[in-house]
Amino acid sequence: MHPEDLKPEQFSGYPPEARKLALDYLETFRRLPLSFLPSLLREVIEFDFKFPVERRHLEKELGNLRSLSHEDLRAWFREFTEIRLSESLEKLNWIASPAQFVEQLSAHLWATHQMDAFRHAALGYADKLRAAVAPEPPTSPRLGIAVIGQGVDVAPGPLFRKLRTYGAYFSAVNPENGLRQLLEVVAARANSNPAPYGHWYIDGGEPLPHASGVTSVSYQAMEPVRAALLARIHAETQKTGMGPEALRTLMARLRPVELSMAPGGDPVLNRFQIKLLTEGSGTQIFSTSFVEWAAREALRRAEPLTVLARFAPRQRQKPMHELLSPGPEQVALDPVGSLVDADMGAYYNWMNQQRLPGSEKSLFLVWFENHKEAVAISPALPRGTVSTETIDLRGILSWMT
Amino acid sequence: MSSHTSLRTAKDRARLASAKGSTPQELARHLVWTRREFLRGAAGVALGSSLLPSSLIARTGISARKRKVVVVTFGGGARDQETFAPEGQENVPHLLRELAPQSTFFTQVVNRGILGHYVATASLATGVYETINNFASLPPESPTVFEYFRKDLKRPASDVWVVAPSNGFNRIGESSHRSFGPGSGARVILPKYLLGAATSGLGDYGHLLRDSYETPLYAPELSGNIFELEQLETILKLSVEDFRAHALTLSSPDELSVYIVRQLMRQFAPSLLWVTLHDIDIAHAGAYSLYIEGIRRTDRLSAEIWKAIQSEPEYAGKCTLFILPDFGRDSDEDAGGNGFQHHRTGDVISRTTWMMALGPGIREGVVYDRPVDSIDLVPTLGSMMGFTASLSRGKPITEIL
Repeated sequence: MHPEDLKPEQFSGYPPEARKLALDYLETFRRLPLSFLPSLLREVIEFDFKFPVERRHLEKELGNLRSLSHEDLRAWFREFTEIRLSESLEKLNWIASPAQFVEQLSAHLWATHQMDAFRHAALGYADKLRAAVAPEPPTSPRLGIAVIGQGVDVAPGPLFRKLRTYGAYFSAVNPENGLRQLLEVVAARANSNPAPYGHWYIDGGEPLPHASGVTSVSYQAMEPVRAALLARIHAETQKTGMGPEALRTLMARLRPVELSMAPGGDPVLNRFQIKLLTEGSGTQIFSTSFVEWAAREALRRAEPLTVLARFAPRQRQKPMHELLSPGPEQVALDPVGSLVDADMGAYYNWMNQQRLPGSEKSLFLVWFENHKEAVAISPALPRGTVSTETIDLRGILSWMT
Repeated sequence: MSSHTSLRTAKDRARLASAKGSTPQELARHLVWTRREFLRGAAGVALGSSLLPSSLIARTGISARKRKVVVVTFGGGARDQETFAPEGQENVPHLLRELAPQSTFFTQVVNRGILGHYVATASLATGVYETINNFASLPPESPTVFEYFRKDLKRPASDVWVVAPSNGFNRIGESSHRSFGPGSGARVILPKYLLGAATSGLGDYGHLLRDSYETPLYAPELSGNIFELEQLETILKLSVEDFRAHALTLSSPDELSVYIVRQLMRQFAPSLLWVTLHDIDIAHAGAYSLYIEGIRRTDRLSAEIWKAIQSEPEYAGKCTLFILPDFGRDSDEDAGGNGFQHHRTGDVISRTTWMMALGPGIREGVVYDRPVDSIDLVPTLGSMMGFTASLSRGKPITEIL
């Protein structure tokens, strides 16, 4: 099957809005090379479950492709057309299962040493697209907050080493009511700039009460889903012929209801949460990995104005001698190791925030929970400075804006 | 074959482009320069000249056929910022201050193949960029260094061994190439597999004995020329009870691998011994603190192997040790990855690693900046030990011959 042979009925398995979108752009799809189109369809097929910002991006990308002349299109996709595909790839049902095709394409590119060429083609396409479709600036400066070190009395070493150079280090933070102040700030921002999926609170443990306009995801709330997923994976891996590719395909197809998620609810958020577990690595077992990945994916996909990510202690990785000695079953936690994880996770949260439009005005705060240390990054604060002044988190946030 | 890639939405591809501040060539040059400068500063090494005044044999008086070689690879590379860069040097005190000053250090070892640990190790061991499925139980397609060594030098099976971390590596000892039949390669010991068999039904070590961090939820079926539990006693002269008791004193699978290495050195003193360490690859679970612990343990175990070489009479003064990661990990700056967690982007940082060589006749405390290919190792070993790696695509590294 080649793109020029596409027919409307081949999209009958797509969810309703995705199908409508696909049919609207069928003519455009027919003009695109097979090395490119399935990765676009992978996004189209998910249209019903995309965040509003993602939908707008995709519609703009499709609109741009449709507007290209024959000559322009040839120039845009010249490098993609030079990618050599295999017969087996061409025979795959890439319309119904574009993600599987992309997975196989990836393997093919590595095996045929074409990954660098593909990467170059993808970067070139992205450059052209960015020039043609300007990114949407945020309606107000983004604010990222990371709370790290829950349950730790003394940090094992200096904190925020990667972030300090970008902002101001506060050594005398008044920690009293710190979490409450942060949640109030998030709620106030959600109230003054209401937007669907525009303000997030991600918790690595049990979530605290929060405002209704804030999208919330937590490791604890996902516990039954994680358990169901791990049980499902265990059962599948016992089957003959099950390999990692088949397992990934299966995981990608899992629906919320199959993983003990209550029917109803928000289908977009449900799908997002399932993907955190089925596409993330380590998110099923370590709460610190869950929070970092959830914040990354929320930023990447929903482009929110506010993200409060609170890391919690993850389970302890037992050394071999302990694992070999049977003992009472209990989940031990590793607060200090989790602090180290979260310190790096906070840095990644900031980097992911900086990859979004409006980064020059973005704000970021990281706080050692219930302690006196924090780093604030803001255009209003001098970089690489230290403040020893006693101040609470609300005060730091007011300085940042 | 299967691996991962960074093909995502156009938005991500745009981010990739925006994160790309330099060309790959510029990044590679910068990486090499900084690695050299870090080594100069911390280990006191000097930039090496390209040619040595005489051959390795002339310098040592050890004939190629009497020389022994131990190769240590890291399945799960570590980045400069966690190792040789100033902020990472606290994690590698042994490599930096004990081993590097005694070694010839290559700052730019480029892996141009598939960045999956099994297939990359297969490429290292064949001198050809293999394209086999990283996650399947398949032998390399090109002849291995073990087969060249045994055939050309007419060596018995007991003279060459592989100690590998997971089921996925069980076919690494010999290829499917028609010039070499079954049983003509190396015996492969999988310590984790042996420990699983030795402790069947005891303890909670499933998490620890997880086959692979790349695909933590899947382990390939075993087949090929592997070493079974009962052979511990008949071949390694090690009772299952002693093996189990010793395992109880260790904290990680790599420590168990090094224990097996020492047993092999004492029992057989193999001329060619290949060990792949894997603890660092816990990074795939996203827990930064565990990744750092893995680096520190690997650093310590590398020094222990070197000490064992120097203390075993069969090895002291006639063994060359090679230490090299199979490849790197993704940079923080590449939006297509997630920093230290994976090696999926194919960027310069993930492809470029280092190698150190130590032993009699190897110049001490020198560093070479020129690009060396991962597949150059096998022909180099051939030149050192007196066999011809006829089908290898690499070139001997003249600086150590």
